[in-house]
Amino acid sequence: MPVQRSDALPIRNASDVVAVRQLVRTRAQEAGFNLVDQTRIVTAASELARNTLDYGGGGRATVQVLTETGRTGLRMLFEDEGPGIPDIELALRDGYTTGHGLGLGLGGARRLMNDLRIESQPGKGTRVDTVRWR
Amino acid sequence: MPPSQTSALAGVLQKDRAGVLQAWMQDQQAGSAARPDLMPASEVQDQASQLLDLLAAAVGSGEGRDGSSWQALRQFLASISTSRAAQGFSPVETAAFVLSVKQPLFTKLQQRAADPGQLPAELWAMTTLIDDLALQTTAVTLEARDRMIARQQEEMLELSTPVVKLWDGILALPMIGTLDSARTQVVMESLLQRIVQTGAEVAIIDITGVPTVDTLVAQHLIKTVTAARLMGADCIISGIRPQIAATIVHLGVDLTNVDTKATLADAFRLALRRTGHALGKSNGSERA
Amino acid sequence: MDRIPILKMGRFLLVTIQVDMHDRLALALQDDLTARITETGARGVLIDISALEMVDSFIGRMIANIASMARILDAETVVTGMQPAVAITLVELGLDLPGVRTALTVERGMRLLRSVLRAAGELEEPSDADDEGSDAGPAE
Repeated sequence: MPVQRSDALPIRNASDVVAVRQLVRTRAQEAGFNLVDQTRIVTAASELARNTLDYGGGGRATVQVLTETGRTGLRMLFEDEGPGIPDIELALRDGYTTGHGLGLGLGGARRLMNDLRIESQPGKGTRVDTVRWR
Repeated sequence: MPPSQTSALAGVLQKDRAGVLQAWMQDQQAGSAARPDLMPASEVQDQASQLLDLLAAAVGSGEGRDGSSWQALRQFLASISTSRAAQGFSPVETAAFVLSVKQPLFTKLQQRAADPGQLPAELWAMTTLIDDLALQTTAVTLEARDRMIARQQEEMLELSTPVVKLWDGILALPMIGTLDSARTQVVMESLLQRIVQTGAEVAIIDITGVPTVDTLVAQHLIKTVTAARLMGADCIISGIRPQIAATIVHLGVDLTNVDTKATLADAFRLALRRTGHALGKSNGSERA
Repeated sequence: MDRIPILKMGRFLLVTIQVDMHDRLALALQDDLTARITETGARGVLIDISALEMVDSFIGRMIANIASMARILDAETVVTGMQPAVAITLVELGLDLPGVRTALTVERGMRLLRSVLRAAGELEEPSDADDEGSDAGPAE
């Protein structure tokens, strides 16, 4: 998949989460997503960036615009070196949370995107890779 | 492909251009692909002549297939595919036009063969090249058709789902035909948009004209009703057929928090009451 | 840290969220609002989010919390102006804010608050006297 554009941002505090949302909004607009899709992607970005901050102890976000056989996609990567997720299936379930949230973050983000993959190693960190196609 | 195999072809295109063109045109007129009703012979000859020039330039350039001479050839093929399609040629006829150059090239390659042992390889190289060019004309035609279908689908979607204003503050969306998930989603988004634009407090989704509903569509309907509520508007679903009611119950979709009415008229009456309009009969011809 | 201003209008509190809120700002608003309800004895809270381009689960939960806390403190909450794209996304996210009253515009939201309070016998204004200009002055 050819990457048209790629930007990375650190996630160290709550203001960085806002910065990630704004970057994702700009890229989704440039990639030609309609308003509802932009909102879905930005909301998913917000959930995932907050997870990286709250559970991963901070990390970074990479936002890419992809093209593949005539279609355009927006890819987001969230990486941290935190404690990791022991049971990914459980973490994706609605209502499951180890923190103070509603437990809608991961499962909700998966519903808002087309594809969401999680790689996690306990003690080493977590990497969430997600795409939405136009 | 290695240049050695197309060098014979390059030679033929350079030295026998006039002969090839003449034989090609004769074959054209004799063959079934000729359509004098769509294009005069002079124009066909024009296209053939340009195609030979570009082919000769590309084969003779020694460039790879990404080279500029090959790109010029591909662009020309795309342009005649498009113009021929507009003139009424079928994709088969356009491909046949390109393929019919094989026979004259075959004959000339045979006549000029310096080494009979090389001939099969030279012929094979020529054949695959021309096949490739013919396939490109088909690909261009298909792409144009796909675009046309996509555009018509969009237009149909807009036509088939008008959001109409029934009264001050009351919108109706009469849905007709089979609902698929994508169509339902687009329609629902436009309904919500119209609620904001018009400031309507009540929206009626009428599905009298919808023969069946599947789980995904039912979920989209509920999603829309919930989203409208979050925005501050009420939705009423009307015209649910008995079969659809059965399906909805069977699928386990929960409609308890959604207002449903048997007919659009019932829904409208409820909507008027919600928006504070009174409805009654008077002895004149006035309406409430 | 910056805060979101809360206006007092008669017996109602009015908040317009116009910035892309980070989480601490959202939490601060929740605390400020509940404090102001007790302080002023307000009977209604109106939160206008027409300028918000996104509501995620955190902000959604903050709104639901405000409504629940306000109810305990004997005040009604209405959320106005949610954009269609935001509403669709929120539903897909799995959040439908049960128990939160909503209205299309600030004007309708005010009317809704008044009618709710009137129905509860808490407001003695004559009906329909409430559509005149709504200058949201600062606290009296």
